[in-house]
Amino acid sequence: MNARPAPLLEVNGLNVHFGGGGLIPSLRKPPLRAVNDVSLTVMPGETLGLVGESGSGKSTLGRAVLRLGELTSGEVLFDGTDMARATMGDLNRLRRETAMIFQDPYGALNPRMRVGDAIAEVLRVHNKVPADGIRARVADLLNLVGLDAGYARSRPLDLSGGQCQRIGIARALAVEPKLIVADECVAALDVSIQGQILNLLMDLRERIGMAIIFIAHDLAIVRRLCDRVAVMYLGRIVEVGPTEEVFTDPRHPYSASLLSAIPDIDPDKGLPENPLAGEPPSPIALPSGCAFHPRCPKALPQCSTGEPPLLGRDGPHRAACILPPGEVTI
Amino acid sequence: MSETLLDETILSVRDLAVVSTGGGTTETILDRVSFDLKRGEILGLVGESGSGKSMTSRALIRLLPSNRLSVSGGQAFLNGRDILALDDKAMRAVRGGSIGMIFQNPSSHLDPVMTIGKQIAESIRFHKSVGKGEARRQAVDILRQVGIPDPERRFDAYPHEFSGGMRQRAMIAVALACDPDILIADEPTTALDVTVQAQILKLLTDLRDTRGVSIIFITHDLGVVSQVCDRVAVMYGGRIVELGGKREVIGQGRHPYTAGLVACQPAEGSPGERVRTIHGQPPRVGHMPEGCRFHPRCPKVSERCSMVSPELELAAPGHQVACHYPITQRLAEVAT
Repeated sequence: MNARPAPLLEVNGLNVHFGGGGLIPSLRKPPLRAVNDVSLTVMPGETLGLVGESGSGKSTLGRAVLRLGELTSGEVLFDGTDMARATMGDLNRLRRETAMIFQDPYGALNPRMRVGDAIAEVLRVHNKVPADGIRARVADLLNLVGLDAGYARSRPLDLSGGQCQRIGIARALAVEPKLIVADECVAALDVSIQGQILNLLMDLRERIGMAIIFIAHDLAIVRRLCDRVAVMYLGRIVEVGPTEEVFTDPRHPYSASLLSAIPDIDPDKGLPENPLAGEPPSPIALPSGCAFHPRCPKALPQCSTGEPPLLGRDGPHRAACILPPGEVTI
Repeated sequence: MSETLLDETILSVRDLAVVSTGGGTTETILDRVSFDLKRGEILGLVGESGSGKSMTSRALIRLLPSNRLSVSGGQAFLNGRDILALDDKAMRAVRGGSIGMIFQNPSSHLDPVMTIGKQIAESIRFHKSVGKGEARRQAVDILRQVGIPDPERRFDAYPHEFSGGMRQRAMIAVALACDPDILIADEPTTALDVTVQAQILKLLTDLRDTRGVSIIFITHDLGVVSQVCDRVAVMYGGRIVELGGKREVIGQGRHPYTAGLVACQPAEGSPGERVRTIHGQPPRVGHMPEGCRFHPRCPKVSERCSMVSPELELAAPGHQVACHYPITQRLAEVAT
C-alpha cells in the first residue's frame, strides 16, 4: 500500500493512571496503571477489535480516546487535532463526530423517557437538524437500525434487550459519527439476538463508513467483525495485526494462550491440555520486565528484568515479545 | 469414569412444573421438565435467558427466587426418594448435603465477613457430626483438592483477599464439603476470563473423574457444553425441547431451535460474512405462544405446530426431541 491515507485516530504513548496522589510523599500509594504507554492508529472506516481479559484496560482506553475519561499523558490525535490538550471547541467537535455504544442497553437509557425522545435529545443538543425536522430524522434513525418508527413512543422497559441495544445504536448514529467505540455491546445479549446486532453493525459500516473500535472479550465475534485486532494485557497492547494473521499465527504467547482457551463448538475436542496457569496480577503492582512473564510458558531469564519489550513500529503485525515469531506457538 | 458408574441413575426428574401466581393470574414457568442424571455424568442445560434452565435447578433445590413462584407438579427422585415431597427440615439436609451448588457470582454467595475456611467447616459441621478440629482438617483438605495453593494459610483468608478465579474455587470447595452426589453449577464460568474459565472447567471435570460426582451444568455457551458435558438438554420457553448425547444434539440437532442455535454462533462462518440469526425473540413469561413455543420463529412451522404442543419423544436411542417435524438430516438453512 503506497501513499497511505491519514489515520482518523492516532494514539501515541497514552497513559491513564488512577490514584497515587497525596500531599505527603511517604503516604503515597503507587498509582493503578490502567493504560500504559499505548500507541495505536485507526484508519477511516476501519474496525479495530480491542481484546483482553477483565482489568486489561480495554474499556479505560476506549473511554480515554473519546475523552470520556481522564488521561494522564500522551497524545490522542483525532483527525489531526490533539484531543489530549483540546480546547472546549475541539472537544465539542469530538463529541459531534464520535459516539459510544454501551454494554448494558437498559442502563444506558433513561427508563422514564420515551426512546424517540432519547434519540431526539441527541439531535437537539448537537443542532443536527432544524426543530421541525427532528421527528422525521428520529423515524429515519429507527428504520436504519431495523425498528419500526412506531417504537419511538415506547419506553426502554417495554423493549427487549436487543431492541434497546438498537436504540443505543440509533442514538450513537444520530450524530453521524466518524468513529464509534462499542464497549462489549453484544455481551449482554442472547446468541440469537447477538447475531442480529452484529449484522446491523456490518450493514451500517458498509452504508455509513464509520470506523469502529470494538471492545470485546468474545474472540469469535472479533474474528467475524474486525479488520484488525489489538490484544491488551495489563494496560499494554502486546500484539496488534490484521485479524486473520493474529488468529492463525499469534506472535505473543499471551495471544496464543488466549486463543487456545476459547472453547470450540466441536464435541470431539476436549478441554485444552495445559490451560494457562494463574490469573492476571493486580495492575497496582505490575511485575518487573514483561508483565506476562510470571504466567508465560516460554519465559526466558531476561524476561523478568529491565523494561518491558516494545511493540515495535514496523509492519502491520507486531508483538511485544522477545521470542522470534516461530517459537510462540503453544 | 467407568461405564458401570454411568449406568446408575442418581436423579430422575419427572414432569417438573413451576408456576407463577399473582394478580389473579397463573403463568406457567416450567412445563413438563423430565430428565435423568446418571452417576458421574455431566449434563448440560442450555438455552437463552428466560428459557428456564436456572429455574429448573432452583426448583430442584426448592430455592425459587420469588414467593410468587411455586412447584406445581412433578417428582424428582434422588436415590429413589422424591425430594419435591420433603418437608423444609429434610430439604435443608439435602441442600449442601447430597446436592451442592455453585453459582455464577461467587462474591455474592460467599459471606464477606467470614473466613473461607470457616464457611467450609460450617457446612461440614452442619451436615456431619464431627468436631471443630476434624472439620478444619477436612476443610483444608478440600481447599487443597480444588487447587488453592497454601491451603493451611488460606483457610483464614476472607473472600475479598481472593481473586475471581480463586473465589470460584472456594465456592466449589464449599459445595463439595459434604461429599455431595450432585453438583449444580449455574453458569459457573460466565463471569470469568477465558484463561481462568479453562482452569475451572478442568477442575470440574477432574472432580467428576476422581470423586464420581454428577454435575448439572447450566450455561448459555455451546462451546463450554461441547467441551465438558456428556449429555445436553436444550431448553426453550420453559420446556426441554431436545435431550441427548452432546455429539448428537450439537452435531446433528433434530429440533429446529437447536440447529438454529448452533448455526447462529459467530464462530460458524468466515470473517465479514453475516452471522446467521433466528428471527424474532425468545418468548416472555405471560406471552407464551400456543402449541409449540418455538413455532412463531420456526422456519419449518405448519398449522399443527400452532395448536398442539409436541411431547418430548424418543427420536433415536438416547435422543429425545419435542417437535412435530424434527430434522432428519442436518439442515443449516434453519437459521436465515
